[in-house]
Amino acid sequence: MSTDIIGAAKPRIDGTAKLSGSAPYAADHYPANLAYAYGVFSTIAAGEITSIDVSRAKKMPGVIEIFHHDNFPNLHRTPSSFVQQNKVDETRLPFEDNHVYYGGQFVALVVADTFENARDAAYHVDVAYRAKKPVTSLAQALAQGEPKPADNKKHERGDPDTAYSGAAHKIEATYTTPIETHNPMEMHATTAHWHDGHLTFYEASQGVVFAKHTMAAIFGINPARIDARAPYIGSGFGSKLWIWPHAVACAAAARELDRPVQLVVPRQQMFTTTGHRAATQQKIRLATDDDGKLVSISHDSINTTSFVNRYVESCGSCTKSLYGCDNVRITESTVQVNHGTPTSMRAPGAAQGLFALESAIDEMAEQIGMDPLEFRRRNYTDRDGSKDLPFSSVHLLEAYDKAADKFRWSKRNPKIGSMMRGPEILGWGMAACNWEAMKRDCDARVSLRADGTAFASCATQDIGTGTYTIVAQTVASLTGLPLERIEVELGNSSYPKGPLSGGSWATATALPAIHNATAKAIDALKQHAVEEDGVLAGRDAGQLEFVNGKLHGNGRSFSFADVLKARKIGEAFGEAHTNAASGDEYSFRSFGAHFVEIGWDPGISRLRVHRVVSAIDVGQIVNAKTAANQVEGAIDMGIGMALFEQTEYDHRTGMPINNNYAEYLVPTHLDQPESVDVILLDHPDTKFNELGVRGIGEIGITGMAAAVANAVYHATGKRVRDLPIRIEDLIQT
Amino acid sequence: MRDFSYDRADNVGAAIKSHVSGADSAYIAGGTTLLDLAKLEVMRPGHIVDVRRTGLDRIERLDDGRLCIGTNVTNTDLAYHEDVTTHHKLLSEALLSGASTSIRNKATTGGNVMQRCRCSYFRDNVSPCNKRDPGSGCAAIDGHSRSVYAVLGTSKQCIVAHPSDMCVAMAAIGATVSVAGPNGKRDIDFGDFHLLPGDTPWREHALASDEMITHVTLDAPIDGAKSHYLKLRDRASYQFALASSGVIVATEGGVIRHARIALGGVGTKPWRAERAERYLVGKPATADNFGHAANMALAEARPTEDNAFKIPLGRQAIVRSLTTVTA
Ligand SMILES: Cc1cc2nc3c(=O)[nH]c(=O)nc-3n(C[C@H](O)[C@H](O)[C@H](O)COP(=O)(O)OP(=O)(O)OC[C@H]3O[C@@H](n4cnc5c(N)ncnc54)[C@H](O)[C@@H]3O)c2cc1C
Ligand code: SF4
Repeated sequence: MSTDIIGAAKPRIDGTAKLSGSAPYAADHYPANLAYAYGVFSTIAAGEITSIDVSRAKKMPGVIEIFHHDNFPNLHRTPSSFVQQNKVDETRLPFEDNHVYYGGQFVALVVADTFENARDAAYHVDVAYRAKKPVTSLAQALAQGEPKPADNKKHERGDPDTAYSGAAHKIEATYTTPIETHNPMEMHATTAHWHDGHLTFYEASQGVVFAKHTMAAIFGINPARIDARAPYIGSGFGSKLWIWPHAVACAAAARELDRPVQLVVPRQQMFTTTGHRAATQQKIRLATDDDGKLVSISHDSINTTSFVNRYVESCGSCTKSLYGCDNVRITESTVQVNHGTPTSMRAPGAAQGLFALESAIDEMAEQIGMDPLEFRRRNYTDRDGSKDLPFSSVHLLEAYDKAADKFRWSKRNPKIGSMMRGPEILGWGMAACNWEAMKRDCDARVSLRADGTAFASCATQDIGTGTYTIVAQTVASLTGLPLERIEVELGNSSYPKGPLSGGSWATATALPAIHNATAKAIDALKQHAVEEDGVLAGRDAGQLEFVNGKLHGNGRSFSFADVLKARKIGEAFGEAHTNAASGDEYSFRSFGAHFVEIGWDPGISRLRVHRVVSAIDVGQIVNAKTAANQVEGAIDMGIGMALFEQTEYDHRTGMPINNNYAEYLVPTHLDQPESVDVILLDHPDTKFNELGVRGIGEIGITGMAAAVANAVYHATGKRVRDLPIRIEDLIQT
Repeated sequence: MRDFSYDRADNVGAAIKSHVSGADSAYIAGGTTLLDLAKLEVMRPGHIVDVRRTGLDRIERLDDGRLCIGTNVTNTDLAYHEDVTTHHKLLSEALLSGASTSIRNKATTGGNVMQRCRCSYFRDNVSPCNKRDPGSGCAAIDGHSRSVYAVLGTSKQCIVAHPSDMCVAMAAIGATVSVAGPNGKRDIDFGDFHLLPGDTPWREHALASDEMITHVTLDAPIDGAKSHYLKLRDRASYQFALASSGVIVATEGGVIRHARIALGGVGTKPWRAERAERYLVGKPATADNFGHAANMALAEARPTEDNAFKIPLGRQAIVRSLTTVTA
């Protein structure tokens, strides 16, 4: 790979389209004769629909049809298999029956000639319910019954109980994290269009291949008849990994009415029917010997799930690997509440799990009187104890050193409340971050075209992270073409099968396939050159060189356009398949550390994050700009997790309270720390894949909330174990 | 959103006439409150009278030092107007702490005075809410009542806080609301304009049906006084006040000569803390006196479990803002 383009801080190649508003998102497609759908949503969280009266709504202007459980077409549930690529988190079909499992559930769908008419009529559908008392929180669910263990998520090694009881130092603490809502800017939306038994649909989707196969399963038709598209996504944070009831409702309406239908999920229902981060309660037990070596770790987590489907948060996924310890137990269980079904949200499990673990690590360090960084160093491991395998590439100690150095951690006065600046008490805290590196099967196609441009395609997506750009950089690294001459198309399920944009695996999965497809395209070009009528007919293709977009051989050089023109051929292409990573020899993980300075002004109970330094070890960096941007964004989201984010529900009705952008708090520009330093270590992990890349989308949020909580403790002496950390937790009265 | 008729009035008389002629009429200015709530069908105007073409978009300094603000002056224009930044810094700071730049560019003076509450139960159009559906009850009292709920001036019928920052500054400065209606013009003291919820939380202000606001006139600035608006909230921007304090203080040799204290986020209307003001006058500007004044201002507070922290937070806002202006 040519090193100057890989790793370069290139601006996004789709930036202009996005900034100028010309990039079409899912609801920006207007096929002829488009009709608009709007949902009617349950106003109770548990119970049954006793009647739906559409008589008023039916008479409203522009109304075409109103669907509900009495007249919705019979469809099939998807088997929801990851392997079959038809997974969803909520398998219940919309309008399956008259049951209500959560507030804001689809109970009817109005289709009309305009969006406004559909919405107006939806407000005039009269739904009567028989309400049951809902379960509205994790605490309430626990009070009513035992959590259900998720057996396949259990991990145990050694004898954590005996080690704990005999240990010199120990702590036990319980941490909770609330329900959070993804809140991508772009609302979930579907534009569905049937033609001759084929379905084309634009979906706000992080996985067009999954969207296609899921629709195929639900409608009982061959996947080849379905085309799912998501060329642009206004982010998803996990909420758009799988399709949700709205997409099914929209596609079914379009088929029944034999005309295209568009459905945009209103912001309020983005809090109910498109997933959320589950609430967790996590009990952590740690014990060390006299030298500060961990001798026992246990991490028991419980998360909320819906009454429709089971979703398990892997809170212990990092705990079992991050530190060297012989006696470890991880358990994960769930309780049911009357909310919609949870789903993955940026670093699912790890974000909550590392809040608990990395808070507990600080609590443990304090008990043995050790600096929290030193304590972590002392328990560093280069082997994954849960798999008994070495890590493929681990530079956590370097991350600690570099970040601590830049942060000036050595200047920290460990005494609580001892560091002042004006009216503020400063708090310095840190935490480790961690995320599994994954790589899936992938296909890709790259062609060198007669007009002198290259074209790369793969049915993965750019969810705003820069995938278009790094795919182009990968093609450029082999062809030497400038990025302007490389066209990339993603987000189309008809292209070679690519990965979901999730799990931080899209980069490690797609780039090797793109790379190999490019290499094959170049080989094909050489072959074209040496064949009859070729520019270098009769030469040995193996002797030719392709550099900077030109083919060199026999002392001459040709642009690839000339090579193709000579043979009147449109393109030289390569198709490649790359395999999922095999975890037999190594454990693949990414590492890092956050250092955070907060300011606490006790006179006005104001808490602000001033400074963050993070060092991240994610293998080869492909684009310094988009990579740093992912970590910076994740740090910001981590600040939100620590201090603001929480979906609040009425404890009587189970309905969400703060279901809008004004009251669901995320950090604003003014909440940005004065400085954020992201140090990308950039050590290629070639045991993971030949390009040495891991993913970077999620790791940055892990550990961040704990780093903030640890800093808050350092400033205030208050150990807040329940997120978010709010004024009422800290105010001095 | 329901169908409505729309009329753009060229002058105040035409606006009132149009308002009288319609059923369920509503004036519209920036629309940032009205359209939001109309889309949720919490407000259901049948006839909308747009007042933005009626003029009333000027700020005029009167001979007696008062400042007359046309109802259509936007929050942005008001915040940056020279007379405001020089003589009523408090108002400028309050305006700029509110909402977002884009909302302030649309929001108007009269619209801001008339903005509706942010109670989730009011907005959901389903829960019992006396403001939206008189007599139905108040879902907030035993429900979720943290951020946008008051501790002062609440009743058994409604506990929501008045959301405006601008109005807190106006309450502190002192102002007159000029209104015009089918029966002519009249002036309403700013302190009397917003009503306590009492047993009739659906009655929020002193405007009669069909009346419209034409101006808000600020009292002349107090000579030698300094002012400051301090808004406390979870995040640094784009959130309604959990507690805010707008103060105007003039001192002479360390002794307080004039004091005005108004509070936001904690009261069911823009809240003047007059007892605390009276306490301070004639006393030295000390931390102890500020603390005592702050205690007096919140003495009658009646919180819910969720918003109990607003009492100490409100005190902190008062003490810090007083400390800032007397430093
Ligand atoms: C997301 C969000 C965040 C916000 N944050 C804040 C904040 O932090 N602080 C804050 O103070 N405010 C905040 N606001 C409220 C904002 O300040 C108000 O919406 C705005 O001031 C209303 O002005 P407008 O001109 O848009 O009013 P409109 O929406 O046009 O009208 C509002 C009401 O006033 C009536 N009205 C308008 N003009 C007249 C008139 N001349 N005479 C009689 N009645 C009239 C209308 O009939 C309507 O009932 C926020 C609003 C939003 C949407
Ligand atoms: S606090 Fe007021 S606005 Fe909110 S529900 Fe009660 S009555 Fe309605």
